Amino acid sequence: MSDYNVLVGGAAGQGVETLAGLLEKAFHRHGLWVFGVRDYMSRIRGGHNFAQVRVADRPLHGPRRRLDAIIALNEETVRLHRDRLAENGRILADAGLGVTDPALLALPLERTARELGDPRVVGSLALGAVAASFGLDRAIIEEILAERFAGETLAINVKALHASGEWATRHFPLPLPPRPTRDRILVTGAEALGLGVLAAGCTFGAWYPMTPATPLMTFLADRQAEAGMVVEQAEDEIAAINMALGAAYAGARALCATSGGGFSLMVEGLSLAGMTETPVVIVLMQRPGPATGFPTRTEQGDLAFALTAGHGEFPRLVTALRTPDDAFRQAARAFNLAEKYQLPAILLGDQFLTDYVQSMPPLDFGSLVIERQLLAPAEVGPDGDYLRYDLTESGISPRLLPGKAPGQVVMLCSDEHTPRGNITEAADVRAAMVDKRMRKHSMLRQEVEEPEFLGEDGPVLFVAWGSTGGPLREAVETLNAGGRRAGALVFGDLWPLPTGRLREKAPGKLLVNVEQNHSGQLARLVRQETGIVCDRSLLKYDGRPFTADEIVAWAREEVL
Amino acid sequence: MTSPRRFDTRDERTWCPGCGNHVLLACLKETLHRLDRQPHEVLICSGIGQAAKLPHYLKANCFNGLHGRALPPACAAKIVNPALTVIVSTGDGDSYGEGGNHFLHAIRRNVDIAHFVHDNGVYGLTKGQASPTMDLGRPTPGQAGGVRSEALNPLALAISQDAGFVARGFTGEREHLVELMKAAIEYRGYALLDILQPCPVYNKVNTLQWYKERVRPLGGEHDPADRLTAFARSLEWGDEGIPIGVIYRKDKPTFADRLSHLAANAALVDKVLDPRAARVFMDPFF
Repeated sequence: MSDYNVLVGGAAGQGVETLAGLLEKAFHRHGLWVFGVRDYMSRIRGGHNFAQVRVADRPLHGPRRRLDAIIALNEETVRLHRDRLAENGRILADAGLGVTDPALLALPLERTARELGDPRVVGSLALGAVAASFGLDRAIIEEILAERFAGETLAINVKALHASGEWATRHFPLPLPPRPTRDRILVTGAEALGLGVLAAGCTFGAWYPMTPATPLMTFLADRQAEAGMVVEQAEDEIAAINMALGAAYAGARALCATSGGGFSLMVEGLSLAGMTETPVVIVLMQRPGPATGFPTRTEQGDLAFALTAGHGEFPRLVTALRTPDDAFRQAARAFNLAEKYQLPAILLGDQFLTDYVQSMPPLDFGSLVIERQLLAPAEVGPDGDYLRYDLTESGISPRLLPGKAPGQVVMLCSDEHTPRGNITEAADVRAAMVDKRMRKHSMLRQEVEEPEFLGEDGPVLFVAWGSTGGPLREAVETLNAGGRRAGALVFGDLWPLPTGRLREKAPGKLLVNVEQNHSGQLARLVRQETGIVCDRSLLKYDGRPFTADEIVAWAREEVL
Repeated sequence: MTSPRRFDTRDERTWCPGCGNHVLLACLKETLHRLDRQPHEVLICSGIGQAAKLPHYLKANCFNGLHGRALPPACAAKIVNPALTVIVSTGDGDSYGEGGNHFLHAIRRNVDIAHFVHDNGVYGLTKGQASPTMDLGRPTPGQAGGVRSEALNPLALAISQDAGFVARGFTGEREHLVELMKAAIEYRGYALLDILQPCPVYNKVNTLQWYKERVRPLGGEHDPADRLTAFARSLEWGDEGIPIGVIYRKDKPTFADRLSHLAANAALVDKVLDPRAARVFMDPFF
């Protein structure tokens, strides 16, 4: 199995993102499976950023530590990452950086860029050299450049690409010949989630900018006119969620997205959604806290918060996004469930999932359905007495949109209310309304999806949730291939917690929770809901995502 | 029904006798009647407080949300369904205290809604603490030594930010108030109508009589298009006289006017949703 890992590093503004993006697309168009991660080291003086582009002849699900090539746009990149370079690895860097290293392929990047008359083409020169060392077809790269640039910018970048084409000989043989058919996509978690939100027919999004929720909302904002939606940047997250609730009340499918700090501000609105039975989808993209924490990095620290956020008791759906493909599907499902049960649905993602880019089969728009479950205006009489909070057996009251049925008004109320929606202080009405709302929780419990099972039944069972499932999948595959029997349950739905598969798989096994937090929040939830106790924990809270290598190494050392 | 009574409800009102809210409610019904609206065409948004109970006493759609948060859902509901007549009817604490930030940004956003602020200087529901419009130094429950912060001037603030419709009404001048409400609802854009009302229980200084002796309806000599004069008039308060009427008015593009795709297509509420229609957005990712 062939598997290459290329790091592109440099200072902010040197074009790391552009170069890595072009390289990823080139490998992807060649027909390889790409997995790319971004790392913004904002705390190092000078602002060192890097991207890691991993490619293989099979689908990839996580980053890898060991590097095969380093494309260094500055000397610091070599210094910071040299220790991870494989034995026959290569460093591609400008000859003038002063790097002395036996692995160095010194390139005349700066000089040639000056000769070409544009210092900004350093990236395309480097790309040409990298393409040559991997034997990538330059025609594919030209095509990609033409999709991103035009006019003189395109011309000079194409020129640069060819100028550097002979600087390197093929050093890394690619495992597959170029693939003529274009039947896979290359998307980030944010993009796949955004496509799911658009497919779900979301017509209103409100947000206040906060990393790492920003890529999702800018994706939607850029497409709002074409998609026929409104994406409004609110004055704060409090306004954002209250706007979303007003929009949902009026008939939109409404979304908010934020990270932990912003979600803290949304919590009162979350409770309002619970009390008023207003459907809303809230994307909570986690980053390390508390407070401002690590703004550009990843963590799974807000599970317990999402489960209990909001004063009072009310039903909610909490679902973790495991992969970009899963995010696409879960977005559509969350809007359906939010409207079916008239409650808030929280989608838990994180910086890792948002920013990583992955090759995958196309997203299946045809498999999605939109189920709004609205009461048609014709179903209520012209002068009837519509009851927004009618006490039904299921707990779900028929939902009419305001303004659509002459003679009918729709009363939404944050106080405890009568079936019509008027303020009440009656003890019996209160108890009946609490029961009604919580009946929806019981129904939702029947509808949640069991965790995905990976690997083989064996003495060890890992349990994980959300994006950790990607690296864990590779780890379990590696362990199984090496004759170590182990499996994993990766939870998507977390509240109500599905417990069937866990109860079936757990007995007699050593249970290990793998989570990106300090306290093992999934293990706590599992114990609370099932009494099942995890025996060991693999926890990581340094802001960097798991790699399969480190899970495998830990497992071999500690439990297998 | 062709009288204001079509907006009546049978619910018992929990306001005190003599509260300005009774008048305000009657004026709102009369206004909606004169504008020929039907109950299902009207949405009243409110937060929490005595004023915020108003939509429970009037037959119309109602979003009775959180304290301070009436404006964001009102704006969003109007964006989603522009056929609704959206009115925020809530108190001074709600609008200028807890929801102060939303007030500032509602001006900027300029969604076509009318914002009626029941302004009595006190928090009635929590038994008499000062609202942001209470005068400096007045003792209240919670501020026994007197209010330590200066009063907020919402009209001057709105004019300073070029809000397109800025007016003040008074519950002691009913016909005048109805005309102001009507003008605010008919204005295209965000319209602020601050309504002076007595609180006979908790505000013993700014009584009905106190206001009657001081309010001065703006006459024909006032040009509401003149922003600097309007600003000057908005600063007048107390014994020198309190102007009521449309203080400032300017026509400008609304939120919807600034979003061409909103005007060009069906309202968001009526959009036909189809997952396959979004497939085109995946094309650049192959």
